[in-house]
Amino acid sequence: MPYLLIGIAGACGALLRYGLSVLLVSEGTSFPWVTLLINYLGCLLLTWLNEKKGPFQSNPALNTAITTGFIGSFTTFSTFSVETITLIHTGQILLALLYLLLSVWGGFAFAWLGAKLASSTTPYAKEGDQ
Amino acid sequence: MILSILEVALGGFIGSLTRYFLGRLLNPSTAALPWGTFIANCTGSFLLGWVYGDHPSSDGLLFLGTGFMGSFTTFSTFYWELHRLTSQRKRERMFLYLGLTYSIGILLAYLGFLLGKQT
Repeated sequence: MPYLLIGIAGACGALLRYGLSVLLVSEGTSFPWVTLLINYLGCLLLTWLNEKKGPFQSNPALNTAITTGFIGSFTTFSTFSVETITLIHTGQILLALLYLLLSVWGGFAFAWLGAKLASSTTPYAKEGDQ
Repeated sequence: MILSILEVALGGFIGSLTRYFLGRLLNPSTAALPWGTFIANCTGSFLLGWVYGDHPSSDGLLFLGTGFMGSFTTFSTFYWELHRLTSQRKRERMFLYLGLTYSIGILLAYLGFLLGKQT
């Protein structure tokens, strides 16, 4: 059962990523900002949930399904790599470099923001103890 | 439309589970670096580069590309692991993991892309 839950959560993450990429199609620009946005959002959510030790930690199977399954599948590294080499291959070296730098440092920034958000709000575990 | 959704969902189902099992096998808390995530991100980049070089039209990529490879690789877990290494004050390891994933991931994607174009 836990495996089924992870798989279903992973399918949902992939579908949400696919849906966003269809809705927010980068018209008029070759800069892949949709993937960047998805990856930023995922970093923020995952660090926030993991640091907060929040609502799902009491149920390890559900917690793994949401963190590893859903958020893990929602974000992607392979699409990032291929988009980077596509930019290089089409001669847009500066855009490729910008994409790489925004990915590297933006990921840190959003993970840090997630941790900050988690520490600035009361952990669920403590609320339950009281 | 329905078929596209099914392709992405099935690919995402298999991709996330494969990453989960690879992580259980190769991401023990005692390991110096989370090799499971590293291997998933690098092989996924290589394979997606290959598929993309072979089929530049994105329609054939929904199951294998958007679904499977997209879910098999992960950005959020990668940064959660970097964040954890930073909070454990393992800065050298953190930068090593960061540098290895980006350089080898992009390099392998390019290699896969070139190989895919030839076949």
